[in-house]
This record gives sequence, C-alpha cells and structure tokens, in this order.
Amino acid sequence: MLRVRLSSTHGAADPPNLIRLAPAKGVTMYHPARALAALASLALTGSLLGCSTMGGDDDKSADESGSGSTTVKLVTHDSFALPEDLQAKFEKDSGLQLEILASGDAGAVTNKLVLTKDSPIGDVAFGVDNTFASRPVDEGVFEEYAAKLPAGADQYVLEDIGDHLTPIDNANVCVNIDTGYFEKLKLPEPETLDDLAKPVYRGRFVVPGAATSSPGMAFLLTTIAEYGDDWPAYWAKLMDNDTLLVDGWESAYQGEFSQGGGKGKRPIVLSYDTSPAFTVDEAGTSSTTKALLHTCFPQTEYAGVLAGADNPEGARALIDFLLSPEVQAALPDSMYVFPVDENVELPATWAKFAVQPTDPHTVDPAEIAENREQWLTEWRDVTTR
Amino acid sequence: MARRHHALSRHLTLAALALLPVAVLSVFFVLPVSGMIARGFWPEGSFDPGGVLDVLRRPRVHRVLWFTVWSSASATALAVLLGVPTAYVLHRLRIPGRSVVRAALLVPFVLPTVVVGVAFRELFGESGPLAFLGLEGTALGIIAALVFFNVAVVVRAVGAAWESLDRRPGEAAAALGASPWQVWWTVTLPALRPALVSAASVVFLFCATAFGVVLTMGGLRYATVETEIYLLTTQLLDLQAAAALSVLQLVVVVGLLLVAARTRATPSGGTARVTAPAQRVRVRDLPALSVASFTLLLVGLPIGTLVAGSLTVDGSWSLDNFRKLTTKGDNDALLVPVTDALGTSLRTAFDATWISLTLGLLVAVVVTRRSRSRAERRVRGLLDGFFMLPLGVSAVTLGFGFLITLDRPPLELRDSPMLVPIAQALVALPLVVRTIVPVLAGIDDRQRQAAASLGASPLRAVLTVDVPAVWKPLLAASGFAFAASLGEFGATSFLVREQEPTVPVVIFRLLGHPGADNYGMALAASVVLAATTAIVMLAVERLRVPTIGAV
Repeated sequence: MLRVRLSSTHGAADPPNLIRLAPAKGVTMYHPARALAALASLALTGSLLGCSTMGGDDDKSADESGSGSTTVKLVTHDSFALPEDLQAKFEKDSGLQLEILASGDAGAVTNKLVLTKDSPIGDVAFGVDNTFASRPVDEGVFEEYAAKLPAGADQYVLEDIGDHLTPIDNANVCVNIDTGYFEKLKLPEPETLDDLAKPVYRGRFVVPGAATSSPGMAFLLTTIAEYGDDWPAYWAKLMDNDTLLVDGWESAYQGEFSQGGGKGKRPIVLSYDTSPAFTVDEAGTSSTTKALLHTCFPQTEYAGVLAGADNPEGARALIDFLLSPEVQAALPDSMYVFPVDENVELPATWAKFAVQPTDPHTVDPAEIAENREQWLTEWRDVTTR
Repeated sequence: MARRHHALSRHLTLAALALLPVAVLSVFFVLPVSGMIARGFWPEGSFDPGGVLDVLRRPRVHRVLWFTVWSSASATALAVLLGVPTAYVLHRLRIPGRSVVRAALLVPFVLPTVVVGVAFRELFGESGPLAFLGLEGTALGIIAALVFFNVAVVVRAVGAAWESLDRRPGEAAAALGASPWQVWWTVTLPALRPALVSAASVVFLFCATAFGVVLTMGGLRYATVETEIYLLTTQLLDLQAAAALSVLQLVVVVGLLLVAARTRATPSGGTARVTAPAQRVRVRDLPALSVASFTLLLVGLPIGTLVAGSLTVDGSWSLDNFRKLTTKGDNDALLVPVTDALGTSLRTAFDATWISLTLGLLVAVVVTRRSRSRAERRVRGLLDGFFMLPLGVSAVTLGFGFLITLDRPPLELRDSPMLVPIAQALVALPLVVRTIVPVLAGIDDRQRQAAASLGASPLRAVLTVDVPAVWKPLLAASGFAFAASLGEFGATSFLVREQEPTVPVVIFRLLGHPGADNYGMALAASVVLAATTAIVMLAVERLRVPTIGAV
C-alpha cells in the first residue's frame, strides 16, 4: 500500500525538464528497490501478524451487526468493573450482548450524557452519582423506570428524581489515616475536620482538588455541609496548615499517602470508608489505616435508562441485573463500594475493616447543581495563590 | 494551449492528492471541534455570541492564557537549547551505542502523564533525593516536565535534517578560513532552520495543550487553557466558556503557525542524497557533549526512578510486578490483563502509523511542490498550517465533539473501531508532516527536472531523487507516529471501549485502584510500554537501508 502511494503521488507531479547538474563526486547511487522492498515487507509483516485493529474487529462486528435489540450498550465511567462470569451470565440469561462504553470520571460521563441526549450513545447509564444527579435528570436524559428495589435500597432514592435513577451502590468519601504513623510518633489521631487544621497536623494532610477529582468535590461538599457559609475560612486554614493539594485520588493515595503504593510522606489522606479493607495484613487480623467517620460524605451511584435508547427493554433488564444478589455481592471486590442491598453478605475483611459512618454530611443534589460553579470558583480562589 | 493544459492537469493532480487528507481532517477534526464550539455560541439553539465574549473578558481567562503562553514558550526554548546540541552529538558524532540512546530518548514521549507525575514526584517531591531543588508545585517544575516530554521532538527532527545535510558548503566555508562558530552560524544553522522551526512549533503546541503534566507537577496551583477547558467541559458543562477558550486556543495556534511559516521560509538545495558518515569526537565537541549529557540526565533520571520502582516489592528487588502483568490485578482491577492491552496498543499504533504516514506523505508532497503563482503558494501554505491544527486543540473538545457530531448517517462513526487509530493518527500527522516537509522542500527541484531530462520516467525520477532523501526522515516519522500513538491518552480515553483498552488507559486504571500490587503493576506496565517503544524505535532505525559508500 505504501509502495503505491510513494510512487504514484510523486510521479504525477513531475516538473518539466530543465538542465541537470552532475551528481556530486563520491556520492554512490542509492538503491531504491531495496528501500521499497523493506517498506513493503514491513507493511506485509504488519498485516500478517495481525497488527491492525481492523482484521480483529471484522468478526466481532459481524456478531454485532444485528438490530439494536440484540445488544445492550452500557455507558459508564472508567472505574467500572464486573467479573467476567457475571457478564457472561447476563448475556446468557437475557440473550443480549453486553457492550460496555467506559471512559472518563463520573462528571465526564454525566456531561457526555447531557450533550448527547438527542442521540444517546447507549441504552443505559451507570455511574451518575448524587453530586451530579440533578442536571441530567432536569435535562431529560433519563426515562423513568420503577425497578424492584432490594431491601434497604429505598434510603438512597433521591427526592425529586425518583424513578429516573435507580441506586446501585454506595460508599462514603472520608479522610483516612495511617494509624501506625501516629502510634510511632505518639501523636493523638485526628478525628474531625477541625483537627485537620490544627498545627499538630501541619504538613500531614494530602487531598485531591475539588476541581479535578470527584472525591475531592465530595470533600469540598463535606466542608460546606459542616461550616455553611464559613467554609472558605476553613479552607484558608487548611491551606495555611500546609495541606497538599493534588490533581486526583491516584496522586493523593498512591503517590503521597504513607500507606499507599508509592509510600509517600503524608499520613492523612482523603479516600473512602472502604479503603481500610485494602490495607489489611496478610493474616487478615489488622488494617494499617482507618477512616475518620466524622469527615464523611456519601456517594451513591445510580443507573438509568437513557431516553431515546435503541433497546430500552435491554436497558431495564440490565438495571435489574445490577440489582440482583450476585452483582450486589460482587460490588465490594470489583468496584470497592457497598451494595445497596442490605441482605447481601460482605467479604470478611469488609465486615471487619470497612466501617461506615452512621451520620455522614450531606448536601441536596439540587443545591449542588445550582452552586457547583460558584463553589468551585470560590474554592479555587482560596486554594490557589 | 498545451501549456495551459499542462498547468490544469498539474493543479488537478495536486488537488486530487490533497483530497484524501483534507477529507479525513474535515470529518474527524473540523466537524467535531466546530460542533462543540457551535454549542457554545448557540447555547439554547439561538445564536448568542455575547456569552462567549463575556468569558473572554474574565480576568481569570487572561491569567490562564498568559501562563499558558509563557510556560510553553519557555519550555520550547529550553527544549531547543538542549535538543540541538544533543541532536548534533547523537546524529553527527561517532558515539558508541548512539542508536540505543536515540531510541531511549523517545521513551518519555509514550509515558502516560500520570506515571511521569509519579516519577517526577519520587525525584523532586518531599521525600525525593532532589527535593532541595524545590521544583514540586512550581511553574519551573511544570516547565522541567514539559522539556522532559518534548526534547526528543527537537533531537529527532533536527537530527534527521542534520544527517542529510549537504556538508560541502560547510567544508568549503571552513576551507576558506571560517571558524567552526562561523560555519555553524552562517552555514549550518540557516540550513537547519526549517527543521528547527518545525520542531519548535510542534513542541510549543504540545506544551500548550499539555494537561496531565500541569496538574500533577503544578499541584493545581496553575491553570492552562487546556486544563481550564477540561474543567469547564467535563465538570461544569459550561460550554460557552469552553467554546470561548477553544476559540482562543485556535487563535493562538494560528498566530503561532503564521509566525512559524514566515521564519521557516525554506532555503532550497540543502538536502544531500546521502547521509554523512558520523564524525570522530573532537575536543571542540566538548560543550555539545556536556549539554547532551545533561539532556540524558534529565530524561534518564525519572525513567530510572520508574524502573527501580517497578522492580521493587516491599522494599526489596523482585520481578513480581512484571509477572503479574498477565493477570487482571488485585481484585480484578482490570477487565483484561496488561498483556492483552499491549496487543491492542500495538495494533492500534500500527494502524495509526500507516494512516498518519499515508496522509502525511500526501500532505508533504502537496505542500512542497514548487508553486507557480502567488495564489498557489498561499493555498499550499494554508494547507500546511491546516494539518498542524489537531496538535493545538484540546483533546477534550475533540473527544466530546466526536460524540455529538459523528452520530448519524452518513457519518455514524462514533462507535467505529477505527475511531481510536484515526484520532491518534491526527495527533501524529503533524509530526510526520513536520519531519518530512523540511527534507522534501530541501531537495533541489532541478534534480528532478534533470532526471526527467535524462529520460527518467516520473516514477524513476521520484525513486532516484525523492525517495533516497526522504527515506530516513520517513523512518524517523514512522517511529514518531508509532510512539505518539502508543502513548496517546487524551483523546483515546474518551473513545476507547472497555473491552479493548490501550496500555495507557490500563495504567491509569491500575493507579486508580487501591492495593499495593496494582501500583506496582502500573509501574511495571509503564516500563513495558517504555521498553516496547524503545525496541520499536531501534528496529525502525535498523531497517535503514545501508547507503553504500557511507560507513
């Protein structure tokens, strides 16, 4: 292919004749045939080895080429995960092929859905959370579907939004600490938001920013719920206390936290109430971290049928599937969240180390939608100098 | 009569050649980007440019724009200052193992920014050995990271041009008594100028649209136009403001391209048909050698940190992180093992490479043929700039634009598996064009004419004149395109399907899941990605057809 291009394109634009200069002395003739042979063989090897996305996808598109009703397309964020056997089970039971379109965080997914509401990119969406729920519902992104909710899920249904969004899972964004660190230095462990601004914890807290991270946004909302209109003053104190602000949960937990993968320096980090279940020692008897239960903000993730979907029936079947006991039981290990079904048994380490707050801070979704921009602007003014 | 006919067919041929690249760029770039911008100008379905103009008056926007311009300009200047001597050392001097070093230099190019952030933090962060430099969370830290990413662009583009430079003018000048400095200033530099300006403009565009680096290195303290667009689009859905900034981005890019086109104005006849043999290292090369060493240090240290991290498990050396790459990580953090993702990455990069090479060659040919009139030259200049635009526009705008514009027949393409390679090819295309154009433009048109007058068929003329000169830059360009595609994360992360993630997407995912194993695997996967790039680059360099007489 390259060969054809090379020759035909140049040849066609050949200029008229003029006088020629003699070849430079000492310059040996070049062998174009070998060059082309090499190029051609490169291209050939590539295609023989299947080094192309096209060959591979041909078989698949043949399967998918049926009408919309044989496939169901799930739009979700990039943290979505479910065991393969469960996906296979869904496909077998429903006779539908499941296609997952996962990219971006909760915010990106939500805004994508709003932007494409006139020609939806899938049939069903999962991952819109309570901090983002208001806008897509107001914009008519979701169709109503009254799924049969498992026991305990009622408490997560949002007022005013009702059947447009079905709760699937839940977790709390909480400040986490490295307990061994405080033990070693014989320091008291911090407990409240106020504590984080005290001089004794100076330079020890790392938090992802509200503008670039959804747990970061949840933490901003925690402080708004706690301090009301005085929240900027609290943030000013936090920043004065040498709090480290980073772009995302990855940088905060994995990069800077003393119990994260990168073994950073800071013993206090913003994460989830489920995180301590992942820092358990091999014997399973103790965790090196714990969540501060007075600093939490709940995040519930919802699923909804997209208005104008090709396959609304398949979408509803998928929501039912996400609520089924098997999927609910798989959620902790796959996505690090609690199931909404209270009858599902949690993994052993979770039952012991993932302690949930009883009375987390909350902010009404409609209020969040109304003030998000204002709050973020103010927050940036306080945190960036 | 005959002459007019000739001119007409000439124009038709060139138009036909330009047709494919222009069509591809229109559908996969112009349409999506203008779709997103239109949403900002027509917020409720009616035209309301006032809202967009209001955004441009915000002081914050001015601050953000100013920071973007000066940080990118400084990073570009530094990349050139470091890159040119390094290109000389690695492309003109006989240094043992230089092809390995050249391949290694491209590694930063494919590293996902999250990973680079980790590596930089381990070096310059609170607990790192270089913490005393105080770079973390400063503008200087951002600039250092930008140089780390982009210095290879300068080294490669300038190096390729330098290799195929006709040495005789320089030798003649020296024989006539010019000092090495005079030779450099009056002969070599002017001849390298097209490649230099090309590389610098590409680097500037990469810097100005950098996203992850600014966030990880700047500690959220700094905002650029790109990070601002991301925030406005994905978090706030303030499309008016996003459109305003996208337009601003376009204006800056077009302005830059105009300046670049002026400065680039090509001297012709600079391209030799044979690569000059590498020279022995002499004492007077010492300054260049020391700059090159510094560059290697800048690139090598973070990579070294990364490799060391990937080989460490619980404080002791181990290969476990690499062994786990065939698994799906702690608690099935991934849907496919990293090894599968590597397959997807390679296939995608292969497609992106041939697409960008095909389009890039067509563009380069159209742009460099000698113009017969002023209008013709202007059209060519416009085309040249047109294909640079994808580098200067936000990946977020493009990604969201795909979703809202390619959604219905005849352009129902947003679900197509080819979308990812095409998006990556668009990012790689300017690299290809900028690498090949200076060389093609440097070929003395009289050589082609001469070949024809000696009875060579058009095909043969191309084979003996153009192909030998373009061959090496073409390889360099394909290496570039491949690397750019392997490492592309911005647009890809918006398009990729869950079942077929690329390696950068998988790395991002691993870092996003708790569990020490996942972190170690992310580092190991980054090292594998880096090693793959280096190996591919080496293979591409080895493929060079040996020119008889040289060496």
